Amino acid sequence: MEYIIIFISAIFVNNIVLSQFLGICPFLGVSKKVETAVGMSAAVAFVLTIATIFTFLIQKFVLDAFDLQYLQTVTFILVIAALVQMVEIIIKKVSPALYQALGVFLPLITTNCCIMGVTILVIQKDMNLLQGVVYAFSTALGFGLALILFAGLREQMEYSHIPKGMKGTPVALVTAGLLAMAFMGFSGIA
Amino acid sequence: MNNFKTLMNGVVTENPTFVLLLGMCPTLGTTSSALNGFSMGIATLFVLVCSNVVISSIKNIIPDMVRIPAFVVVIASFVSLLQMIMQAYTPALYSSLGIFIPLIVVNCILLGRAEAFAAKNKVIPSLFDGLGMGLGFTMALTILGAVRELIGTGKIFSVSLYPEQYGMLLFVLAPGAFIALGYLIAVVNKIKGKA
Repeated sequence: MEYIIIFISAIFVNNIVLSQFLGICPFLGVSKKVETAVGMSAAVAFVLTIATIFTFLIQKFVLDAFDLQYLQTVTFILVIAALVQMVEIIIKKVSPALYQALGVFLPLITTNCCIMGVTILVIQKDMNLLQGVVYAFSTALGFGLALILFAGLREQMEYSHIPKGMKGTPVALVTAGLLAMAFMGFSGIA
Repeated sequence: MNNFKTLMNGVVTENPTFVLLLGMCPTLGTTSSALNGFSMGIATLFVLVCSNVVISSIKNIIPDMVRIPAFVVVIASFVSLLQMIMQAYTPALYSSLGIFIPLIVVNCILLGRAEAFAAKNKVIPSLFDGLGMGLGFTMALTILGAVRELIGTGKIFSVSLYPEQYGMLLFVLAPGAFIALGYLIAVVNKIKGKA
């Protein structure tokens, strides 16, 4: 039951982009077309779930075991960077088609605050491994949802008349704000 | 003076938030009040200056293949240092900035400046570049925080300018951050367009 609550709250109530402000850079940068949004979301979902598992295990069996919690930041970012590199190489070998679809987004994910943020949050919220994985996967789904919705909105806005000063990022940010307002309607569900 | 020009570049011409549009996550996430925005800016400034100086000093000893991981380790070490200092000396600030302090590591500004400037320039210019970018970032965050706090609660740096009940609560919440930043960038675009 609690997993359903984690699932729903991560996607709707505490949406990672629209209420926790993690993952804004790709949110603004990759959301001009729905297809690129889908590709980015898939890549993030993949990397985020695997990264959570790895960083969780390292936290429990290395950092906590040897009392090295202060090394958390350095270890996590190195693990994530190495993981992204490894995932890229593996996907290239195993499924060139998938690599073509996801390829260009994978290196961008390393500095995505979303990944690092979720891995740290899982530790801070004292979750166990299964809860952490469910949380990570749901967060990635929430990220994808926000991204795809936003891309759809931006594609539609291409046909609107926008004042010169607001074109590009300003109007995108105001739209994101309205989307965030809509998502605020979900608070209280979980 | 060349160094002064580098500094002003970071504050005005290539302001990381309003011009380069880097480091959006902390910009939106920590500006619910002017003080929070200012503190986040100063924290980032500290890490930026330190990491720029160190990376510029060791740039000739790092093999090209491990360049990025090496930069990341330097930046992460300074962020860990900052975390511990803040946790010890400014616990209230540490808990209000929350998860955005460790996330300075993945702030695109740091790796971006390390790659674009510190890796190719001497130590003193890199110091001024870090200082300039940090000051520009701090300025942007403080302005955004002040705007949000003023419209949202009628206060600025906790000094009440008008009664809180007339404030638009939305601006201290998530959507308000997006909207406020959007309009601020529009204003900056307008000013740049003129100049």
